[in-house]
Amino acid sequence: MPVALPLLIALSLFMSNLVLAEAFPSTYQARPSTPVLFTNATILTGDGERLEQADLYVSDGQVKWIGEGTPAKDAITIDASGRWITPGLIDVHSHLGVYPSPGVAAHSDGNEATAPVTAEVWAEHSIWPQDPGFSRALASGVTSMQVLPGSANLFGGRGVTLKNVPSRSYQGMKFPGAPYGLKMACGENPKRVYGGRKQAPSTRMGNVAAYRNAWIRAQRYVEDWDRYEEALQAPDAGAESDNGGDSVASAMLKSSPPKRDLELETLAGALRGDIIVHMHCYRADEMLTILDMADEFGYRVGTFHHGVEAYKIANELAEHRVCGALWADWWGFKIEAYDGIQENIALVDRPEGGCAIVHSDSDEGIQRLNQEAAKAMLRGNRAGLNIPPERAIRWITSNAAKSLGVDDRVGSLRPGMMADIVVWNQDPFSVYAKPMQVYVDGALLHEAGNPALNPQSDFELGQLMGVAP
Amino acid sequence: MVQADSLLITNGLVWTPDQETVANTDIHIVDGLITRVGPDLDGLSSDITIDAAGRLVTPAFFAGITAVGLSEIGMVYESVDSRLNALYTGLMHPEFDVRDAYNPHSSVVPVTRIEGFGYTLLAAAPGDRTLSGQGSLVRLDGGFSSFEGSTVIFVNVDGPSSDMVGGSRAAHWMLLEAAFAEQNTADSDLKLISPLGKAALRDAQRTGIFVFRANRASDIIRVLQFAKERRLNAVISGGQEAWMVRDALADARIPVVINALDNLPGSFDALGARLDNAALLHSAGVKVLFTSGETQNARKVRQVAGNAVAHGLPHSVAMAAMTSEPAAVFGGQQREIATGRLADLVVWSGDPLDVNAAADVVIAGGIPDPMTSRQTQLLQRYLPEDAGLGRAYIRP
Repeated sequence: MPVALPLLIALSLFMSNLVLAEAFPSTYQARPSTPVLFTNATILTGDGERLEQADLYVSDGQVKWIGEGTPAKDAITIDASGRWITPGLIDVHSHLGVYPSPGVAAHSDGNEATAPVTAEVWAEHSIWPQDPGFSRALASGVTSMQVLPGSANLFGGRGVTLKNVPSRSYQGMKFPGAPYGLKMACGENPKRVYGGRKQAPSTRMGNVAAYRNAWIRAQRYVEDWDRYEEALQAPDAGAESDNGGDSVASAMLKSSPPKRDLELETLAGALRGDIIVHMHCYRADEMLTILDMADEFGYRVGTFHHGVEAYKIANELAEHRVCGALWADWWGFKIEAYDGIQENIALVDRPEGGCAIVHSDSDEGIQRLNQEAAKAMLRGNRAGLNIPPERAIRWITSNAAKSLGVDDRVGSLRPGMMADIVVWNQDPFSVYAKPMQVYVDGALLHEAGNPALNPQSDFELGQLMGVAP
Repeated sequence: MVQADSLLITNGLVWTPDQETVANTDIHIVDGLITRVGPDLDGLSSDITIDAAGRLVTPAFFAGITAVGLSEIGMVYESVDSRLNALYTGLMHPEFDVRDAYNPHSSVVPVTRIEGFGYTLLAAAPGDRTLSGQGSLVRLDGGFSSFEGSTVIFVNVDGPSSDMVGGSRAAHWMLLEAAFAEQNTADSDLKLISPLGKAALRDAQRTGIFVFRANRASDIIRVLQFAKERRLNAVISGGQEAWMVRDALADARIPVVINALDNLPGSFDALGARLDNAALLHSAGVKVLFTSGETQNARKVRQVAGNAVAHGLPHSVAMAAMTSEPAAVFGGQQREIATGRLADLVVWSGDPLDVNAAADVVIAGGIPDPMTSRQTQLLQRYLPEDAGLGRAYIRP
C-alpha cells in the first residue's frame, strides 16, 4: 500500500520539528456485526471465479473462508439457496454529496470552476453527507465509491474514497488508508469553460500546455522537498571531523523547509505515485497524448474515465496498465462522445491485462451498476467475446477496487478481505435483480423490505407530511 | 436495404393484442401489412422467410418522448432543432412545429431502430416559453414524413422551468390562461400569440393533445383543473409525484409518461419520487407510458420499463406500454400483431424488458432492417485484432 501523501508530509515535517497531524482523518468505524454463515449460494468472488452451492463465512467484519471451513458456534446461518452473492459494488466515479439531491444551485459544490488548475481543492470538503443518493446507492449494493470533483478544470482537485455508510460527516465515511485520487480532465469541458471566458485554455493544445506547466512546477516542488529531506538526513559532518560542522548551505537548507503549497502538494503526490490519477478523457487520440505526457513527467495514469473511444486503443491501455472506467451505452451528448459503442467495455476487457470498469458519474447510474454491467456483457457476448458473469462482475468489483488502490481490502471475497457483501435475489445481471441484503464490514446495513434497515437522510425526514402512502 | 413484397416469420412466440404470448405462431406480411397470423402458415408464398425459432415477436417498441431526428449531438447546438430560445418575436409559438426540422438521416435514427424501436413521440423540447411548440408521433422507418397521429402541444408548468417566466410557476398558468383567452379574440392587449398560434391552439383543443410537463402533485392537480375547464385532451409527462394523485388522474382518464428510474428528490418538485410510481398508478387505473429523458440513448427506455416491472408493474402492462398504448394515446396506427396491422415488428433474443436481451431482427414496414448503424460499423472496424493497413481501410 502506498502511504497517503498527508502522512508523508506529516512525517517529513515532524523531522523539522513542525508537527502536522494527518489532515481530515477518517473516523470510519465498522458497525457491530455478528458472525454469519451463508450457505448454498451462487457466489461470484469478484476476481473471476464462480462457485455453485457454496458457503461463505464472515466474522469480525472480514471474509474468513469461502467453500470449506468451520463457523463459530454463535454464527447466524443464512440459507442463500437460489441467491447470488457478490462483493459489495464499487463505483469509481461518483458525485454524490458534491452534486447532491435536491440539485439546487447552492448544492452545486462539485466544480471549483474559477481557474483551470485547482489541484488544491479536495472533493471531500464539498460532500454533504445527507445526500439521499447515498442510501439509494447502498440499497443498490454499492458499498464503496470514489467521490470526485467535476471536469470543468484540467486539474479538478482530489477525489476521496468512501465506505458507503450513513454518517454525519464525510470523515465518518472515509475509507481508512485509501489513497487519494487526483481528478484531471481532457478535451471539451476545460476548453469550453475557460475559452468561453476568453482565457486559457481555449483549445486542446492549450489544455496540454497548461497541464505541462503545472507538472513542471510540481517537479520543482518535489525536488525542493527532496533536497530538504536529504539535507536533514545527511550525517552531521561536525560529529566526525573537526572542520566546523555543516556547510553554511546545508545549515541554511535545514533551517528553511520549502513552503507548503496545497496545489503542488497534490500534484507532487501524483508524481510520487501516492495519489492516483483519474483522468476524464473521451477521445482515443487524446488518451494517447496523455499517456505520452505521463511518460514525460514520470507519473502513471491510473484510470481513464468516460473513455467512449477507449475501445480504439484497448491494447495500448492494457500495455500501460491503465484502467478504463466506462459507460455501457451513453453516447452522443457531445461530439467527443460521438463514437460511443455498446461494446466499449467488453473490448477494453479483451486484451491480456485489460482493466475494464463500469462507472456511473450519475446518481441514477450508481443505483444500477449491475444492470449497466449486464448491458455491456450482453454486447460483448453478441460480438463473440464470450464473457461469463464471473468475468463481468470484475468490472464493478475487483477492477474498480484496483483503480482506487484498495484491491487488497475490497472487491473480492477472499479470506481477510473486508466483508462488504451483497446477497441478490437472483443472477445480478438482470433488470429484475435486487439486493436482498447489503453488508459493510460484516454489518448488515440494508435489507430489502425491512424499514429498520433502510436508512433515511435528515433531508428526507418529515417531508410530504400528510401524504397517504 | 432488402426489398420484399412478402415476408413470412415462422415459429414465433407472438405477443398478441390480448397481451399474452402464443407459441408456434407464424406471421405473413404483404406490402408492409400483416395479412395472416396463426400456426402453420409456411404454405403461404413469401419472398423472405425468417425463422423466429421460438423467440418472442412483438410490435416494434415506442422510444419515448425524444428529439430523435431533431438532435444529432446534444451539445452541438447547430445540430439540434428541438427547441426555441430567445426568438426575436417574443411570443409564445404553439405553431412551432418540430416536424418541419425532422431529419430521418440522422445517425440516431438507425442507432435507435436496430434496438427494436419503431416509433417515438417527436417533441418540442422546453425552451424559454410556457408553450414549447408542437410535434407528433414519427415512425423510425427512415422516411422524410413518416409522421402519424395527433398534433401534440408541449406545455411547461413545473417549478424548474418557471425561471423563464419571471420566477413563479403561477406565471405559467397566468400566461396559459391569457393565451387561451386571447385565441378567441381578434386582438388583445397582451399579444402573447400570433394569429397562426391562435389557430394552432384552437385546432389542438379540437383534435390535438396537450402534454404538460409537471412533477409535483399540486401542479398535476392544477393541470387536471385546466384540462377540465378547457376540455383538453391532456397527458402528464414527468409525473414523479403522480402516484399521490392517482385517483384524480384515473377519474380524469389522463395518462402519465414517466421515467421509472426517477427515485431521488432531484428537486423540490420531486420530493415524492419513488420506484413503484408506475405500479401505484397502474393499480389505481391510470395509464402509464415510459420515457428515458434521452434522445441519443433513447434505447434505454426498455430498461426503464423493466425497472418498473421489477418494482411491481405487471409485465404484460409494461409490454403494452412499450408497444400499443403510446400509439393509442397519441392517435397513431394500432400497434398489434393482427391482420391488417402495420408490419413494424421485432424478434427478440429474450425478454425485451430485461437488460440481458436485445433485438435480433427488426422489421420496418414489412422489410427486414439490415441491423446496421454508425455504431455497428465502428464495432466492425475495431473488433478485428488485425488492423491490416490500418483501421481506416476496414470499410464495413
